[in-house]
Amino acid sequence: MSEKPIRVLVAKPGLDGHDRGAKVIARALRDAGMEVIYTGLRQTPEQIAAAAIQEDVDVVAMSILSGAHNHLFPKVVKLLKDQNADDILIIGGGVIPEDDIPGLKEAGIAEIFTPGTSTTEVIEYIENSVKKSS
Amino acid sequence: MELAERLLKGDKRACARLISLVENEDKEAVDILKKLYKHTGNAHIIGITGPPGGGKSTLTDKLAKMLRKEGKKIGIIAVDPTSPFTGGSILGDRVRMSDLTTDPGVFIRSMGTRGHLGGLSKGTQSAIKVLDIYGADYIFVETVGVGQSEVDIVKTADTVVMVMVPGLGDDIQAIKAGVMEIGDIFVVNKSDLEGADRTALEIEMMLDFKKHNGWRPPVIKASATEKTGIDNIIEKIKNHKNHMVKTGQFHIRREENIKLEILNLVKEKLMTMIAKKSNDSNEIDSLYKDVLEKRLDPYTARDKIIDLVKK
Repeated sequence: MSEKPIRVLVAKPGLDGHDRGAKVIARALRDAGMEVIYTGLRQTPEQIAAAAIQEDVDVVAMSILSGAHNHLFPKVVKLLKDQNADDILIIGGGVIPEDDIPGLKEAGIAEIFTPGTSTTEVIEYIENSVKKSS
Repeated sequence: MELAERLLKGDKRACARLISLVENEDKEAVDILKKLYKHTGNAHIIGITGPPGGGKSTLTDKLAKMLRKEGKKIGIIAVDPTSPFTGGSILGDRVRMSDLTTDPGVFIRSMGTRGHLGGLSKGTQSAIKVLDIYGADYIFVETVGVGQSEVDIVKTADTVVMVMVPGLGDDIQAIKAGVMEIGDIFVVNKSDLEGADRTALEIEMMLDFKKHNGWRPPVIKASATEKTGIDNIIEKIKNHKNHMVKTGQFHIRREENIKLEILNLVKEKLMTMIAKKSNDSNEIDSLYKDVLEKRLDPYTARDKIIDLVKK
């Protein structure tokens, strides 16, 4: 058991109460051998950044369905950057229009996964990205 | 700045990174802990244990909030099970502690058991040291939901709070050996539910049969969500430590725990040495075979393995 598991914070920023997607992802990542820290609903960007730092995660995965992604996702990126934690990989998912994706990537979200993405795709993306950076 | 210095200054990021390193048994982390070990021993370590779903996380959240009002610095380690099949885990204790996340005086860390039995993870004791050096006045260690024999926490904490709930089982559960024997304080949580009085009474009756070393564990009815009984629990936690210090038991308990910890470290090191030996040559593997085919017995094989490692 000496191989270090990938640690992922799965968070739900914003006010929508739909966490089925986040839970499915959490479960899939767990089954892929990762340590998933689940924070629950309605987290502020400040809470997400603070939890990511205390848990020393490799990845922050956020899910949002309310439409506030353009505001909330970049804010988490900024908060982590302010605390010199910009080495953490940040990914997002949920109902996000195609047109918004370039802007979010510009703001520092490494990848956006929209409905229809298979969990395998997400797992592979995380495994490849984290391996590359460590 | 070096990790060690940053930790001494109470830097959260350094604290988080060091916990990861000790959890992954990194050599650098062990060197840092060796150097900073003399800075440990100041925190009051409180174990929060009890069956799954008993409200351990919610209660920890409320206890921490109350101590924050006194300006105390709090560390929380929350352990959840790791899947023995995939090595993965979902650590969900933070869900109940959302408000504490952004409090600068609180540091919460979730840990997976990573194959360790006994209610804690192998890295828990080292993580406690890191939080102690970081400057926490109180460190709460929340175990996985326990059954009847996960008693590691008693070898780790100064004060063990056993969180029970009404209606879990008949009175026979209360006389079983194991977890029921390790509580310094008993909390009947969710006491707004029916049966709380009876559960409290059953615990009291169990305690009647036990010999007490000057401290009879109090049984407190509480409701973490309704925020009742919380101040009483804090008071008893403090009383317990005062009592232990006054009677010298605090010192004795820490000494016993240190002894156990060191022996465990020796055991782990020996296991690694044996594993290495068996990787390097097939001498040990051939002993297994000898026993299987009755050319040798397990006891002689043990002695031979010890001789091999000593070389």
